[in-house]
Amino acid sequence: MVDVTIRVNGQARSLDIPPQVSLLDALRERFGLTGPKKGCDQGACGACTVLADGERINSCLALAVQYDGREITTIEGVDDPLQTAFVRNDGLQCGYCTPGQICSALGMLAEYKDGAPSAVTEPDADPGELTEEEIRERMSGNLCRCGAYNGIVKAIQETAALDTEEVSS
Amino acid sequence: MTALQQRTGSVGTPVDRVDGVAKTTGTARFSAEHTYPGLTYAAVVHATISRGRITAIDTTRAADIAGVIKVITPENAPPLKPAPRVSMLNMSSIVSGTSVNYLQDNEVHWDGQPVAVVVAETSEAAKEAAALVDVTYRTTESSVDFVTARLQAQVQKGNPLLPAGAKKGDAAAALAGAAVSVDAEYTTPPYNHNALEPHSTTAAWDGDRLTVHDATQSIGWFRTHLALRFGIPEANVRVIAPYVGGGFGGKAFVWPGTVLAALAARATGRPVRLTLTREGVYRTVGGRTPSIQRVALGATQDGKLTALIHQSVARVGRTGGMPEQITTQSRHLYAAENILLEQRAVEQDVLPTTSMRAPGESIGTFALESAIDELADVLGIDPIDLRMHNEPDRDPVDGKPFAHRMLREAYAEGARRFGWSARSPQPRSMNDGRWLVGMGVASAFHPLMLFTSNVTVRLSADGTVLVRCGFQEMGMGGATVQGQIAADALGVPFDAVRVEYGDSALPSAPMAGGSMQTASVANSILEACAKIRASLESLAKRSGAVGQAPKAVLAKAGVPHVEAAVGSDTRLGKVTGQMRMMRQVMRDRRYLRAATGAHFCEVRVDQDTGELRVSRWTSVFDVGRVINPKTAGSQLRGGIIMGIGMALAEETLFDPRTGRIMNPSLAEYHLPVHADIPAIDVSWLGDPDPTMPLGLLGLGEVGITGVAAAVANAVHHATGRRVRDLPITLDKLVP
Ligand code: FES
Ligand code: FES
Repeated sequence: MVDVTIRVNGQARSLDIPPQVSLLDALRERFGLTGPKKGCDQGACGACTVLADGERINSCLALAVQYDGREITTIEGVDDPLQTAFVRNDGLQCGYCTPGQICSALGMLAEYKDGAPSAVTEPDADPGELTEEEIRERMSGNLCRCGAYNGIVKAIQETAALDTEEVSS
Repeated sequence: MTALQQRTGSVGTPVDRVDGVAKTTGTARFSAEHTYPGLTYAAVVHATISRGRITAIDTTRAADIAGVIKVITPENAPPLKPAPRVSMLNMSSIVSGTSVNYLQDNEVHWDGQPVAVVVAETSEAAKEAAALVDVTYRTTESSVDFVTARLQAQVQKGNPLLPAGAKKGDAAAALAGAAVSVDAEYTTPPYNHNALEPHSTTAAWDGDRLTVHDATQSIGWFRTHLALRFGIPEANVRVIAPYVGGGFGGKAFVWPGTVLAALAARATGRPVRLTLTREGVYRTVGGRTPSIQRVALGATQDGKLTALIHQSVARVGRTGGMPEQITTQSRHLYAAENILLEQRAVEQDVLPTTSMRAPGESIGTFALESAIDELADVLGIDPIDLRMHNEPDRDPVDGKPFAHRMLREAYAEGARRFGWSARSPQPRSMNDGRWLVGMGVASAFHPLMLFTSNVTVRLSADGTVLVRCGFQEMGMGGATVQGQIAADALGVPFDAVRVEYGDSALPSAPMAGGSMQTASVANSILEACAKIRASLESLAKRSGAVGQAPKAVLAKAGVPHVEAAVGSDTRLGKVTGQMRMMRQVMRDRRYLRAATGAHFCEVRVDQDTGELRVSRWTSVFDVGRVINPKTAGSQLRGGIIMGIGMALAEETLFDPRTGRIMNPSLAEYHLPVHADIPAIDVSWLGDPDPTMPLGLLGLGEVGITGVAAAVANAVHHATGRRVRDLPITLDKLVP
């Protein structure tokens, strides 16, 4: 058993767990935070995406013990206009991929601002307005079997635009 | 118009879905997210042979893992009653995914069948122990390879609801004598639903009462089924499923996990959660049948169809299965003079196949609509013109009238929106740099039934409305749409209506399948609301409040609320309900009712690598009246996207020697991702269907039909290559 303390959604939480417990299982089964979902448990669907110190990760591929002392944000700790944009644009149907899509989008927007390259943008390119193509490329690790992709892209684009407005004003 | 009849104008408006906030903030709890004191976790051990017997199970190593409570095998499993035989008189009997009585004997019927279940204090311990259960088998010869077994296929038996074939005139002779003909074989692979939420059941017993939180799209039938398997009264079982993370047919039937969770809870005396791994979903929940289809078309020089032959081979498991009505659309889409439709199925030692979004038509349209395109190419006629030239006025086989048919309008509107006139008719004649560009069309077709539903509606003195109905919400938008319908029917604002659903303790609704849930539930809500309006009117008369708002009427009459029920779940109520349903089905047999549509697809194919991209999409549907444009648009897009997946990437690979699924994961079974999907332009004609409540036609399935053909047709136009074997992967396109 290993002692771990993780700050989850701004609150320090401690656990005594076997080392093989995934971060996702720690969140869902030990902390009762069932916002992050388990679609595959092997890094293929993105449903379990959470933010670790602001960066998006697949929590099913992470061990809880690796995150000792780190800050994890799950959907329960997110309060962002992106959430209402998802609802307004119907960027969801069953809702099972949704927490992952939202956390992933938040992480992605931050990466984009920091100039992280993608298959669509050249490295060092000026991160101008976020295009639909760019969003699709950068969000492709998050599957949606219901096919809410169009609404998700719109919601992200709308929210990104809000963000740029704020920065420039 | 009295105050009571005023419409609030909720129907037809793009209301945000009511569960949107819960789903975007993480408060929505799915079936694996309910805790019970003393909750335990179960993991399944899967058979590794396709047919034979278990000769020994050694559980010592598994039982030694810390935290393991019990390893349940055929040697120590509590008794379970066999699945009921399928009977049309008891609709719930069709809900067994397989006929196997799990853990009750040593027989193995498919690779992946559960042979043991481990229950432990943690999911980690259960998983670890499950991997340590040692099973020895004696194998028996089995049939697992679909391609080589096709010759053993037997003619499929139809039923009154789903005819399995048709014959009009002499299609073979007409084909032989036709001026122009095409005759080809099309194949589609097995597919899996891959709802993003894996199947999960949390089961808790209290004496002989059972509560299950299950990811299901058949709440009522699950309850009946579980009661039967465990020999307890139906009233003792409660199935709860307010949030279901996608179904697409994969959660319509009862698969082993549900039964085993309840069995494990009974065996241990503890509440059990059994969440299938993604691999476990592939191994224990059926998928779509593969198919081999022949379509032969004969026509005159000017494109009049004289012969239409569609023959299909599908597969089922030896312990059950769903062969799909693959030729359905071919019965209804074209006015051919001679028609021959035949469906065959072969029984194999694999997990039973099951219904998957638009069973039949989604793969049947691939063959038919590809063949029509091939014929258009041979004739040198525009594929839309060829279709319109053969558009029937009545149902082609039996001459029944159409309830509603606007395929012409759909094509005209689609062509305009898509810009079809920019297409140059020759294949491989359009390009954009190194990308070959192609445009294709295909028809969407999905027949529709109406079921019956029980429901109660209550209007309270504070002006709020409560609708109670045990229907299921997997993201189709039912919870929102039914509220809109009730709001308008009672003349109250949408926000005043609350809808309770997803629980077998509520009045029972049909399963979510066949695109019939919305209309079936709406029908009963409308009836209940009409009853309420009638009671309000008599109350108004009695208390001198005629013409006043419902709230005022109730206040004046001193009545706290008015409630109306449609149908009842008593034993007598069930019999009456069954009769009502039969009457409705008989009435509906007088005409052909279907949702239809026209798909327009543009693809780009890299001329050197064969990389294929769907670059533009337009679909126009005839789905009757649309209650909520927002959720309807999402449903239709979702169907189209699943169709694009079918066309381009999806395929469940069975090892032809062992029958084991070789790609049971989301990494190896390729679903469409964001980057595969362009902005999809969907619209509808909006004309209400005269035979349906509010004129609405179900739209959960029509979207996927025709999609794969539209893609294949566009690929042919782009490259000159006709791909008749799905999915259209790069290897089929490289020069
Ligand atoms: S559950 Fe983690 S990526 Fe699928
Ligand atoms: S909304 Fe169902 S998987 Fe995305």
